[in-house]
Amino acid sequence: MAIRRLDFDRIPQAAVLSAAFFIASLVSVPVGPSSVHLILNGLMGLILGWAAVPAILVALLMQAVFFGYGGLLVLGVNTLNIALPALLCAGLLGPALRRSSGRASLAWGAASGALGVVLTGTLVSLSLGLSSSDYLPAAKVVLATYAPLMVAEAAVTGFTLAFLLKVAPELITLQE
Amino acid sequence: MMQLTLGQENAQGGWLSQFDPRLRLIAALLFALAVVSLQRLPLLLTALLLALLLAWRVGLSGPLLRKRLLAMEGFMIVLLVMLPFSVPGESWLTLGPFSASFEGLQRALEIVLRANAVVILLMALIGTLEPVVLGHALGQLRLPQKLIHLFLFTVRYIGVLFDEYQTLRLAMRARAFVAGSNRHTWRSLGWLLGMLLVRSLERSRRILAAMKCRGFSGRFYLVNPNVWRHRDTLGLFAAGGIAAILLLLEQTL
Repeated sequence: MAIRRLDFDRIPQAAVLSAAFFIASLVSVPVGPSSVHLILNGLMGLILGWAAVPAILVALLMQAVFFGYGGLLVLGVNTLNIALPALLCAGLLGPALRRSSGRASLAWGAASGALGVVLTGTLVSLSLGLSSSDYLPAAKVVLATYAPLMVAEAAVTGFTLAFLLKVAPELITLQE
Repeated sequence: MMQLTLGQENAQGGWLSQFDPRLRLIAALLFALAVVSLQRLPLLLTALLLALLLAWRVGLSGPLLRKRLLAMEGFMIVLLVMLPFSVPGESWLTLGPFSASFEGLQRALEIVLRANAVVILLMALIGTLEPVVLGHALGQLRLPQKLIHLFLFTVRYIGVLFDEYQTLRLAMRARAFVAGSNRHTWRSLGWLLGMLLVRSLERSRRILAAMKCRGFSGRFYLVNPNVWRHRDTLGLFAAGGIAAILLLLEQTL
């Protein structure tokens, strides 16, 4: 369904942006003693809108096939886990972010980064917990590991969006 | 350029590349489905060995395989530690108020074996394909056209944007940027991502303009030399046969 919303004309744009997100997720961001890789689904939702769904599917497919993360069989679940928060971020926080400026846009951006990660973490734990109750403790550990990711994601997404609003506001208002 | 595929140059003319890429996709899917439904440890071990054998045959080198697998094992270790304590059953090891059960240990081993078998198999069968060939094979398997287009374009531009990223990173290094856990780092990385996005948007506009100049009508015709041969049908039967035998053994044992 989300694919149908993507015109052929916009495919190059969506593809280049999803390649950019793929590269961006390779950047490791230090948090405290460890470092994390960003998911950036909040940012993707805000910039790509509906096109975020196929973009995330493609990125996950490439990760599964070329790096061996994830796996082919859980591709559907993973896409949902990451894309749904992206769409929610776009729907809930997008309008406020576009109106804001200066410090406020930093805060809204950070909120969307954090929301994306929190929702994804919850969905991952839920899907683990639902598939078998034996996974519940492991699911809780997974949820705990999302905490540092949330901090980094919120900080970086906030600064990225504040930067984009200043430098290239057309990137964020692409959807209208 | 960033290296996406696992195959080395010498593996290109290998034994597996005689087959149609579609066969490799279907076989991988069949095996993965079969392995996921296996529950007995000896059978899972067999599947893992089969996958390793295949990886060795297509010329995946040990260190590379290990590096890729390590990325996954983090979660596997969590499971391996947690499951014995959470599944009720006969006690095997007691740590204070917690006791580990044999059943839990078995479940954990099952999952670790299964996941490794599937991942190694995927890397051997699909990870060694050229991304473009994979895109074409997916297209021939009648996946949505737009998705294939998106996949092919993304594959094409990952390398380009990675170069762009490296340039920006080099510029940061020239100004003595060292990543740390502080506000300055996060702001710098945020701006780095922002700049990357701005540049890729500009690039995508140029790409679309260039493609329109060359008469891009919204369709990208896939020219592919993949022809399904008798050999592929035989391969499909062989793969299906092995998967079926594994499943049959699971049922009867």
